Amino acid sequence: MAILEVTNIRKSFDKTEILKGIDFTLEQGETLAVIGSSGSGKTTLLRCLNFLETTDEGRIVVNGETLLDAPEQKKRSDREVRAARLHFGLVFQSFNLFPQYTALHNIMLAPQLHLNGRQDAPDRRTSQAEIERRARGLLEQVGLADRADYYPHQLSGGQQQRVAIARALILEPDILCFDEPTSALDPELTGEVLKVIRSLAERHMTMIIVTHEMAFARDVADRVIFMDDGVIVEQGTPEQLFGATQQERTKQFLSRYNEQ
Amino acid sequence: MTFQQQLPIVLDALNVGFLQTLRLFFVTAVGAIPLGLIIAFGSMSRFRPLSWLTRLIVWIVRGTPLMIQLLIIYYFPGLVWHNPIWGSGESGRFLAAAIAFIFNYACYFSEIYRGGIQSVPRGQQEAGLVLGMTRTQIFFKVTLLQVVKRIVPPMSNEIITLVKDTSLARIIALQEIIWAGQAFMKGRSGISGVIWPLFFTAFYYLIFTGVLTVLLRGLERRLDYFR
Repeated sequence: MAILEVTNIRKSFDKTEILKGIDFTLEQGETLAVIGSSGSGKTTLLRCLNFLETTDEGRIVVNGETLLDAPEQKKRSDREVRAARLHFGLVFQSFNLFPQYTALHNIMLAPQLHLNGRQDAPDRRTSQAEIERRARGLLEQVGLADRADYYPHQLSGGQQQRVAIARALILEPDILCFDEPTSALDPELTGEVLKVIRSLAERHMTMIIVTHEMAFARDVADRVIFMDDGVIVEQGTPEQLFGATQQERTKQFLSRYNEQ
Repeated sequence: MTFQQQLPIVLDALNVGFLQTLRLFFVTAVGAIPLGLIIAFGSMSRFRPLSWLTRLIVWIVRGTPLMIQLLIIYYFPGLVWHNPIWGSGESGRFLAAAIAFIFNYACYFSEIYRGGIQSVPRGQQEAGLVLGMTRTQIFFKVTLLQVVKRIVPPMSNEIITLVKDTSLARIIALQEIIWAGQAFMKGRSGISGVIWPLFFTAFYYLIFTGVLTVLLRGLERRLDYFR
């Protein structure tokens, strides 16, 4: 069974329809790359999946659980929305680390707050220690064990983005989404972030990556979706999409990329 | 009377006046700093009638002189309702002055807060949301300190201005320090026609604003550890 089933997602801002009915599924452990030009709706799709936008129409089902059924579903409580969000993680283009906390504290903040909110919290001190142990483990996993006590402004963009990835991972989302994770980075720093994402793919983390890095999409993704003007034009394995392109619009898009 | 004889009399009077100045300053600060936050939330409310009403009130309060507000708050109940709720003593005048000052300064503070809150990038809130935090958690754990950092310089300005504005309360005969200093020009305790007590009052202000400036700079520096 697919871990994620997205059916007929539609979203308009004012009168402009940005998503015109998006359908796709994602298997456990699969890495999906979403490509397409700016304004094609890729980012909006991720924001709908993470409930940062209200979706006008469509269904989102994760592990058989319906998280969203618009517009039939009545308005949900904040608590339900928060619970639904935790199935997804999101790494932003602009990192969005909390500037007043160290790298380690950035990663620990959300699990600490969730611990405080629980009535049945087991021994608090053990849980705190456990959160810190896992946060340090994740920092090591993204290659920043020695930067635990640095504040975001003391880190390079690539380091900040790796902290942001660790911050998303500590909540163990079913599906981790990346919104152009390297678009704000110098080419030199892009590599270190892509390396972390690649290692997650090797560990079979289920991921959706919106990216402009075609070589990376081709290399790392199990499946690629090409979006244009709010619809999925074409999808398939990287070999199919890049090697045996079917649609004219996809060909045009890819040829523009190859010229650069 | 020689200067040596006048000095202790003047200093006693100035100290009493300065105490009243300090009291008005602290009561206003303690009242207006949190009230300003409530007004800021009102003006940012998504419930339109509330935000319009709040902005209208802020416009009126900021758009008219504090002196008029003091006079109206102090005299309105007695002259219009024939019920002088403030009483006629110094404590009544202080209460009226404190209410006028708190409300006036809360409106100024609210605009500083609003600017500070709105200048925190949206991405900060979104990052909190995707990490499953509640809006309250995001406000207190993510946004607030960033807002404080941004508003310390403009708030310092307002707070220094407040120290000096407390002297406006003498329009309703509150016996603050300038009232005390000026009394020696008109004549009091056998001293009249001297201007040097006024210079002394200025010196009190300078010392107090100097101390506040140092403290507020210290706060600004303590928040320098992040950007």
